[in-house]
Amino acid sequence: MDFPIFFLDFFGNRMLIAVIASVHVFISHGLAVGAYPVVTLLEWRGWRKKSEEWDNLAYKITFVLFIVTTSVGALTGVGIWLSTSLIAPFGIGSLLRIFFWAWFVEWFVFVIEVVLIVIYFLTWKRWKEGAKKKLHIGFGAFLSAFSWITMVIITAILGFMMGSGVWPESRSLFSAIANPLYLPQLAFRTSYAMIISGLLTWFLIFFFTKRGTDFRRRAVRFASTWILAWVPLFVVGSFWYWNKAPEAMRANIDVALLTQRFAQWHETLALIIAVAVIAIVIVALVGVIRPRMIPGIALLIPLVLGVWLLGHFERVREFIRKPYIIADYMYSNGVTVSELQVFQRDGILPYATYVRNQNVTDNNMVEAGRDVFLVTCTRCHTTTGINGVVSKFNNLYGEESWDESAMTALIHTMHISRTFMPPFPGNDREAEALTAYLRSLRSNPELILDAHAGWARRSSSGTPSMAGADGRKR
Amino acid sequence: MILALMQTPVPRDIDLPLPVGDFELKLLLVVLFLVHIFFVNLMVGGSLLSVFFEILGLSAGRYDKLAKKITETITVNKSLAVVLGVGPLLCINLVYTLHFYSANSLTGYAWISIVPLVALAFLLAYIHKYTWEIWTGTKKQLHVLVGVFSGLLFLFVPFIFLSNANLMLFPGEWHKVTGFFSSLRVGNVFPRYFHFLSASLALTGLFLAGWFGRKRYPVEKYLPGFPRAELRRLFYRIAFYLTLAQLAFGPLLLFTLPFEGLSRELFLLILLGILIAVAVLLALRWEIRSPDEKIGRLYIGICFLFSLIVLAMGTGRHVYREVSLAEHKKLVEEASIDFRALETATRLSIEAGYGAGEAVTVELTGERVFLNCAACHAVDRVLAGPSLEEIYFLYDGDPKGIADWARAPGRKRTEFAPMPAFAHLGDEKLRLVADYILEKGGEAALNQ
Ligand code: HEC
Ligand code: HEC
Repeated sequence: MDFPIFFLDFFGNRMLIAVIASVHVFISHGLAVGAYPVVTLLEWRGWRKKSEEWDNLAYKITFVLFIVTTSVGALTGVGIWLSTSLIAPFGIGSLLRIFFWAWFVEWFVFVIEVVLIVIYFLTWKRWKEGAKKKLHIGFGAFLSAFSWITMVIITAILGFMMGSGVWPESRSLFSAIANPLYLPQLAFRTSYAMIISGLLTWFLIFFFTKRGTDFRRRAVRFASTWILAWVPLFVVGSFWYWNKAPEAMRANIDVALLTQRFAQWHETLALIIAVAVIAIVIVALVGVIRPRMIPGIALLIPLVLGVWLLGHFERVREFIRKPYIIADYMYSNGVTVSELQVFQRDGILPYATYVRNQNVTDNNMVEAGRDVFLVTCTRCHTTTGINGVVSKFNNLYGEESWDESAMTALIHTMHISRTFMPPFPGNDREAEALTAYLRSLRSNPELILDAHAGWARRSSSGTPSMAGADGRKR
Repeated sequence: MILALMQTPVPRDIDLPLPVGDFELKLLLVVLFLVHIFFVNLMVGGSLLSVFFEILGLSAGRYDKLAKKITETITVNKSLAVVLGVGPLLCINLVYTLHFYSANSLTGYAWISIVPLVALAFLLAYIHKYTWEIWTGTKKQLHVLVGVFSGLLFLFVPFIFLSNANLMLFPGEWHKVTGFFSSLRVGNVFPRYFHFLSASLALTGLFLAGWFGRKRYPVEKYLPGFPRAELRRLFYRIAFYLTLAQLAFGPLLLFTLPFEGLSRELFLLILLGILIAVAVLLALRWEIRSPDEKIGRLYIGICFLFSLIVLAMGTGRHVYREVSLAEHKKLVEEASIDFRALETATRLSIEAGYGAGEAVTVELTGERVFLNCAACHAVDRVLAGPSLEEIYFLYDGDPKGIADWARAPGRKRTEFAPMPAFAHLGDEKLRLVADYILEKGGEAALNQ
């Protein structure tokens, strides 16, 4: 954790990662993995029927895919790296040392995929006739297969990294594939991607075909048939996953505490799956039978349900993450298990390089408490914004009586009553200072926008951990 | 120097070994980075030249076509620039974890805004490309404006990267930095920037001389009004003048570098680069002056020499980085070793049980276990849950009831947030705490 502190107050550090990652996941499922087979099929259909209409539609949809994936898609991909390295440099820096080759492979695959989509799109108008057209369609099929294989690999790598407890005992990628959730997850993600792409294609058909034409009718029928075709796998995949999840997760969650929340999550998941399946089937059936009856807006219902489902699906990480970034090695606030003992005895401030106060004194309680807050809580909480610490305490104690000794007790035991939080990495004095800061924050809510700066301004009582005046050696 | 060091933060490093040898990683970093920056150069240079020629085309029509053709090259180059950036990013994250991430954090808001800014620049570049034939006539100005705006973004974003690449080298200055703009005052960001910019334009000139000049390019069809030789000469000129400009920007960059990182190797590499650059300039001049049917003969050779320059400069950049960080890296390593020793000592002393924190040595009592409950329960006051007094009246004589509740709490009083379960404390602790609660609650009840 010995990095300058990046803290996006109000919006929240975790929210930043969540937004970037969600956009990326949605684009990669709906506009890449699922979408390439759709456009390839459309193109193939146009070629077989010798119809410019189909080919044009396929081209226009590919145009949209190309624009979105190579701009927002690619940048959010990079953004996952940029945001995690700001928010958890200790974690991502350590993980990188452990999983370097896995990530390197992932990157390589990613480069190839981008090259393929660029070629596929840019050669469309050039490889138009005869054998060249066949080659182009073949290329589309290859791209579709390749992007699906990308998903196969990346799901494995993700499972490998996120599965807690895999490190350091077993380091093989096969342990990820042997994970009981791997296949269900793959079935779920694949069919999900296909269905969402079908919906998005359908949506685009409204822009790229003329109202009331026979062609639009046929195109809508194509999209809805495609969606219907994937529903069985989707039902199987999601309920397979739903069935396996408790067993697989229970291995990770050894704490009884979470079962209640997990049960809730599990129930809601079943509900969303059921509602989503019903909505998708109804919309797609009507699309097949009476293509004209579905207006564009109606498609938003299954789309929104789809987004919600994916969000809920990904949230499972919350449950299995435990308070660790790396199981039994590093907590999610960047403190390693072996550092913790030192910090709990001597306090964390004397060893923190990027704080303004390196000791708690009677005169700097609030100021030092702010430092403690920045170092120990801001990876997950904001001051007064999303998941804000003030509202957390308000929920517990009401707006009025924030009892000091109760708060200090809570800080020391927060990892026991709320197992997703790491143990407080500080000593008694620091817990008191943190309490003082939090109480002053309640009466004087103020965002912290300069967490990364100002640490050189040290209080005179502090022993700066700078070279030459080393506060560490004792 | 001593004074500067006093201000230098000396953090602890990450306590895990590198997955690959230090040397191999650095080699990988330098090579992958050069590939990445090649496409970045073409992306930035291309978008600037395209805007330039489009504006020129407002009065001289044929340049408009040329501008459009340049724009079309950006599509591929920019996509490659981005994806090929991740590889060197992984490498630099590994080899310079501490320095790179610290610079990122210090300029955090700007650093993360790279994501929306570049996405926006790309989207504008697409609009610029695909509306070329549509936004004509009265809308032409709007079209130019879109190009200008995306060009401005391409001009701005490199500042963020350069400020980070620069800031990471000078830990002694970090304490002065309050964000991106103040980071521009550290080191020599601006000379770096101009050096990068003119390199981008020179490289793009060279690239386009080959792109439009190659035999298979249907010039007559795509660019009527431009004989092939003229195109070649035009872009050779751009390459020539900007390489010439580098002879000014290069030394400016070198002499504004803070002296910590200077070394003989660096000067030698740069001298080598300059010598090759002079050769490139001569070759370019020779090409520009040769007659139409002969122009282009030296193209491959020039490209080869040019890549040598890039290699020399890229290596020089790395050499400077190594030297300027060497001292700080050593301090960090010492601090890290000290801290690990302290960690071990702490663990040993706790395990041995003497002189250590209380945590291990005290015996298990109800009072201690109650610390887990004290956040929400107090003897005679309501905190986040009922008082012990109240619990006493509910459970007098029934400690097992308390333990059962704590193992799997129910929901009675809706004015509170639900109580979390404590099954993981185990039966013994729960029994102790139940007794303790009844004892304290009972005392309070008696006192009333
Ligand atoms: C690893 C991330 C993480 C860290 C670090 C963290 N928390 Fe939390 N905290 C959470 C989460 C997640 C919740 C539950 C949010 C929710 O769903 O309501 C939570 C909840 C809380 C609550 C409400 C608890 C309850 O019983 O309702 C308080 C109070 C709290 N945190 C205080 C702190 C303080 C003080 C710190 C710093 C010493 C801290 N947290 C550090 C993740 C974290
Ligand atoms: C995060 C706050 C919190 C913590 C920590 C906490 N409790 Fe509670 N406790 C509550 C709340 C809230 C209630 C009221 C629940 C209700 O009525 O719905 C409660 C109620 C109780 C009750 C009364 C049950 C009843 O039948 O009315 C007992 C007994 C109890 N807690 C024991 C404990 C013990 C033992 C611990 C420590 C191991 C503990 N609590 C820790 C919040 C907490």
